[in-house]
Amino acid sequence: MGTREVVLRLEGITKRFGKLAANDDVGFALHRGEVLALLGENGAGKTTLMNILFGHYTADAGIVEVFGKALPPGAPGAALAAGVGMVHQHFTLAGNLTVLENILLGTRPLFGLGLGRAAARARVEQLSRDFGLSVHPDAKVRSLSVGERQRVEILKALYREARILILDEPTAVLTPQESDALFATLKKAVALGLSIIFISHKLHEVMAVSDRVVVLRHGKVAGEVATADTDRHRLAELMVGAEVALPHPAPGRAGETLMELRDVSTPSEGNRTGLRRVSLALRAGQITGLAGVSGNGQGALADLVSGLIAPASGALLVAGAAVGGWNPRAALDAGVGRIPEDRHATGSIADFTLTENAVLEGYARAPFARAGWMDWRRARGHAEAIIAKYDIRCPGPEARIRLLSGGNMQKLILGRALEAGPKIILANQPVRGLDIGALTYVQECLIAARDAGAAVLLISEDLDEIRVLSDVIHVISAGRLSPPFARGSKTVAELGVWMAGQGFADAA
Amino acid sequence: MEIFDILLSASFWAAVLRIASPLILATMGELICERAGVLNLGIEGIMVFGAFAGWMAVYAGLGLWPGVLVAFAAGAMFGLVHATLTVPFGLSQHVVGLGITLLATSSAYYAYRLALPQVTSPPRITPFQPLEIPVLSDIPFLGPALFSQTPLTYLAFASVAVVALVLFRTPLGLALRAAGENPSAVEAQGLSVTAIRMGAVMVGSGLMAVGGAFLTMSAFDSFFFEMVNGRGWICIALVVFGAWMPGKALLGAVLFAAFDALQIRMQQTPLGAEIPYQVFLMVPYVLSILALVLMSRRAEVPAALMVPYNRGER
Repeated sequence: MGTREVVLRLEGITKRFGKLAANDDVGFALHRGEVLALLGENGAGKTTLMNILFGHYTADAGIVEVFGKALPPGAPGAALAAGVGMVHQHFTLAGNLTVLENILLGTRPLFGLGLGRAAARARVEQLSRDFGLSVHPDAKVRSLSVGERQRVEILKALYREARILILDEPTAVLTPQESDALFATLKKAVALGLSIIFISHKLHEVMAVSDRVVVLRHGKVAGEVATADTDRHRLAELMVGAEVALPHPAPGRAGETLMELRDVSTPSEGNRTGLRRVSLALRAGQITGLAGVSGNGQGALADLVSGLIAPASGALLVAGAAVGGWNPRAALDAGVGRIPEDRHATGSIADFTLTENAVLEGYARAPFARAGWMDWRRARGHAEAIIAKYDIRCPGPEARIRLLSGGNMQKLILGRALEAGPKIILANQPVRGLDIGALTYVQECLIAARDAGAAVLLISEDLDEIRVLSDVIHVISAGRLSPPFARGSKTVAELGVWMAGQGFADAA
Repeated sequence: MEIFDILLSASFWAAVLRIASPLILATMGELICERAGVLNLGIEGIMVFGAFAGWMAVYAGLGLWPGVLVAFAAGAMFGLVHATLTVPFGLSQHVVGLGITLLATSSAYYAYRLALPQVTSPPRITPFQPLEIPVLSDIPFLGPALFSQTPLTYLAFASVAVVALVLFRTPLGLALRAAGENPSAVEAQGLSVTAIRMGAVMVGSGLMAVGGAFLTMSAFDSFFFEMVNGRGWICIALVVFGAWMPGKALLGAVLFAAFDALQIRMQQTPLGAEIPYQVFLMVPYVLSILALVLMSRRAEVPAALMVPYNRGER
């Protein structure tokens, strides 16, 4: 291995955002024909490092060498010209252009005439076949699925004759089948002499696809190992810096019913499934898991519990009393703590500071507001307390929340909900997209809240998560809710049958 | 019905094309800017300045075509100011645009007073004359309606074809459209979003100024205050009406011009004696708003329109 040609070398890369060092003296080398996995938790500095390599950020210190030549810092064209192609986590495609146009963008002199579409199409089709990347060249990117868009990104790099491919969390947006197809493509690429950096925080993928692993932690290189000489457990330790154990909670002790739905229906809107005569009891000291294929009414149920919609028919009872005028404010007053499904769209306001985001739910009341005036000192103190207690990595309470990684953002939302002392907690996909450290932490917090007497409604598409954490499981399918199943009473396969819509009384 | 007599006369359609010409030129200018992601509300003022600059250049002794070039260059300079403030500095496109409109309008009036301190009525120039296209202008009805226009009208229609070709058939157009949709896609390909956007705003502003110059060099023969009279704002609406497509925007400009030409003629009919003329003046605007509502519902707005692009941001 050591004798193989080094195609890419990073040395002493350092980059700070405010007080936070996103990269601190990072260095490693990539060899020809290998897949190097760059492993690290969210916020460990992987994405920052790649943005530096590509000149999107300028490093405070350090050098980047491609094929033995140093790249000028802060020049986005330089890495491309040197043969490095990047597939970003957030795709850099223009939705109003076709696949072919996106691939052609920037490949020809700007003031030339004509696009040479015919020749380009032939080459794109050839590359599609060689690398197993099927996508229609004349489709508008806007109309493509996420998996197809990723293929366009890879084709774009290949079309520009990239010899080094960098993929930033490529499987985060893919179905398992699409991920397998991607891995097959990567194998073909390596066989053809390309070199690949595969950025991920998913251990099983790293073990499956890489030859070597570089682990980043808190912006520093925490270790570098050959994949054959290591295992998932040791990688996890390197990544988190401590031994990791996923929570396996003891069963909760169910108390009184805090929220109850009786025969509740809500209308379906567009492609959003409503609820059909759903009855559900959320009890103190219990985690109620909601399993189901996404889009079967989870959204409506979550909106109902959080007060965004009211029942069209049926009754909603809080602490045994029917409620009228159910709205988000009423839900907050009733003690509902909310961890929304999409932390970017509904959980936070990107350009608000951590302080402002931390008081988004309680801003209008004491102690954050008095006589109609904001008390920013208290708000800030509250944010600082959440940052300290939930170990949020950030430049400070006055930083805009968009600067935070997904895991840290989720911790703030979790802290905001839990510190308000909720009786009922709606946790909608609370660990989606989180790395193992943050995931474990969020789950432990939910268990602790349960043990303190809260009723938790956990919505997840991850059946394993549901089965491990839930005291009671309901399956939702086409807006109908299954009867409650006690912990451990149903196998994955049995739950799958319900998820497919069988077993319901009105199976239609 | 008089309305049919009006619609069937060649002189009506000749007037429609004449009224549409400045709208078409300025709309193409705005469309280029917006496709690249910059809303240029300087359009109204840039048209005023273009009207003044082209006319003044000819009055000072230049030829008509050099005058058009002067107008284009003057517009491009205001575009440069607009683009500098909105693209690299990322200032609010609304505020900068309105500022440019005020600046360009008052600059034109100020320069007018400096150049002609004594006059009570503005001097005249010899404007562009109708250019009868051989053979085509002999076709009955169509000839006098379409092919006996001034050269700037032909230029306006040609600009639509050129803009469409560049946008959809060249690498430059591709980069420009991508810059207005997802600038990071442009950046990721090693192109400069800043350069593309600034260039688009400058060329677009130049076209707006030529649209203004049409008024003083082709439609009339002299420069009056208030002569642009809101045409720039109409062009902003026409870009939306045309769903950011040059061909559809052309259709919108012609439609608006037709309403305008129609209302002028309707004022002279017996009906016009009974209804206050302000109602007729209103008609094109009311119909435009209706058309806008109906047409632009499913339009695909450039996703990055009015979104400043900062490289280091995440």
